[in-house]
Amino acid sequence: MGRRVLVTGLGSFWGGRVAEALEKDPDIELIVGVDTVDPVVPLERTEFVRADQSYSILNRIVKATQVDTILHTFLVVDSTRANARQLHEQNVIGTMNLLAAAGAPGTSVRQVVVKSSTLVYGSSWKDPTWFREEMSRVGAARSRVELSLVEAESYLRDFAEDNPNVTVTLLRFSNVVGTDIVTPITRALQLPLVPCIFGFDPLFQFVEEDDVVRSIEFVTRSNLAGIYNVAGDGRLPWSEVAAICGKRLVPMPPILTEWAAAPLSRVNVELPQELLDLLRYGRGVDNRRLKSAGFVYRYTSAGAVRNFAGALRLQSTVGSRRPSYKYEQDVEQFFRHSPAIVRDNDGNAP
Amino acid sequence: MTVEPIVCLALARSEVTAETARPGALVHLRLGGPDPETPVDPRRSDVDEWGRSEHMRELARRLYEPLYRRWFRVEWEGLDKIPLSGPALIVANHAGAIPSDAPVIMHGIETELHRPVYGLADHMFKAIPLVGTMWSRVGGVAAHPQNAYRLLREQGQLVLVFPEGTKGTGKLYGERYQLRRFGRGGFVEIAMRAGVPIIPIAVVGSEEAMPTVAKIPGIAKAVGAPYAPITANMLLLGPLGLLPFPAKFRLKVLDPVTFDVPPDQERYSKSRVMEEAENIRGRLQEALYGMLRVRRSVWFG
Repeated sequence: MGRRVLVTGLGSFWGGRVAEALEKDPDIELIVGVDTVDPVVPLERTEFVRADQSYSILNRIVKATQVDTILHTFLVVDSTRANARQLHEQNVIGTMNLLAAAGAPGTSVRQVVVKSSTLVYGSSWKDPTWFREEMSRVGAARSRVELSLVEAESYLRDFAEDNPNVTVTLLRFSNVVGTDIVTPITRALQLPLVPCIFGFDPLFQFVEEDDVVRSIEFVTRSNLAGIYNVAGDGRLPWSEVAAICGKRLVPMPPILTEWAAAPLSRVNVELPQELLDLLRYGRGVDNRRLKSAGFVYRYTSAGAVRNFAGALRLQSTVGSRRPSYKYEQDVEQFFRHSPAIVRDNDGNAP
Repeated sequence: MTVEPIVCLALARSEVTAETARPGALVHLRLGGPDPETPVDPRRSDVDEWGRSEHMRELARRLYEPLYRRWFRVEWEGLDKIPLSGPALIVANHAGAIPSDAPVIMHGIETELHRPVYGLADHMFKAIPLVGTMWSRVGGVAAHPQNAYRLLREQGQLVLVFPEGTKGTGKLYGERYQLRRFGRGGFVEIAMRAGVPIIPIAVVGSEEAMPTVAKIPGIAKAVGAPYAPITANMLLLGPLGLLPFPAKFRLKVLDPVTFDVPPDQERYSKSRVMEEAENIRGRLQEALYGMLRVRRSVWFG
């Protein structure tokens, strides 16, 4: 019998990409996706359920579908996309409900994979050059997104302790760049002049979006338990990141930087507190634990940035090539379940 | 008559077997993606993972060379005790309001032995604009035990640390060459954990290069600095007070100290650590007194 997988945050960038990748795997029998919004990628056999923000329906879904694996890609790590209240609802309450559902008596769940962020390490002048998985952050979390992620991770730690027979995998991703993903960093790198903080040239570490999806697939397939940093090899200064993208830097003052950065929101580039910290001190995480478990990165930090720069250049010439897809409930239901559809041997619609 | 459309773009020799290798067969072109085994790393600068850049280091050496040769006229004794390869933790006495001992030791070892030295410094440097970035580009690393361990144990580098820290540089001229407390012995613990020898270096001249005549505690507290010195250089040279006096620098490398304890232990006996730290401190202090005994002049050595 194949695995039955529940993907949270199916409508988010990661949920969709992960489900898309899992659909290709014949060993995975069932994929159920939950989200508050419609999926943005066309999916063939993933079943989609709409839930409210805090996932209170999850308990019923898990019981009814008897899933054995939960991929929690629902955590918001980009604080410009959600206000404080939504962050708390999704990251903290959502995770709490998810783990409650996964840990219910007689549960069918055998593995929980959570996609977190290296934001939990923070970024400060007291940091070591590299964070390993067992190290904790230096100062208390300041920004809301960091607070909510730290809290969500603490729930997961409790869950892992209470459920020793469930494989709990926590992946902490560093800054993601790639051809499709949009984050405050990628938006900043698209500006004609890239903001930096005067007198600081911090070292950045990146992970390519394909490596993100591959690593989630990897830990799911190999049933890997524990905490893993996911980040490309090497670190490079912010000035070099801008240079690879063919951009010039414009310095912001090192004091009252928040005020200086505020007008940037006019051009759709918000630099939240955690990103300003990063532009000052950078962050490095040790990626060797996942590598020694057998995962092979396709991109180094610099390679990921170059790939992103290539996508930027292409986009500036031919425009956004992302195919537009609109989820339509009736159409999806028809193709998945109507007896009118002639299916092939695997039961898939053409 | 049939016209065979030519759709074959390329014949990948290794993948085409006898049956499929007919003319006109459609062959998949391997996309030029990165090879998973060897991901490409398209770097533009030579800034390493610690923030150090050999180019910047080279530039710094070129700028510092006149100061090193003609201003301080640095002379070494026992430089051969520093290994040409393999890791070692170098410790030295620390002095001068803006200490010249760090650049002198780094410059000296790098030009004489042609191997890089990473200097551990207080984290607070990282928070200062320009200073923090420059310091890290020329080989400075924040003094975190994990950083020292990675540099020594995993990368086999030379690491320089001043166990006195700011207590050494913040002391007044009247207390010159009196070693302060050697922290909490953390440097010994790191050397034990990394399994590397400690090489002490006694430095004479740094105290007189920039003597502190008074301290203003109020200002230091206000700006969050460890000390706010009034130096003789400031009093004599005014705005040029950042320039050190041309004191004669003499450096003496002492015998390396090795510890017969297994590396990578969770913790080491605190009493043993403190004993070793005190032992190294005593030897450095003794060496300093010995060098001062034979020194005839501050300026000519």
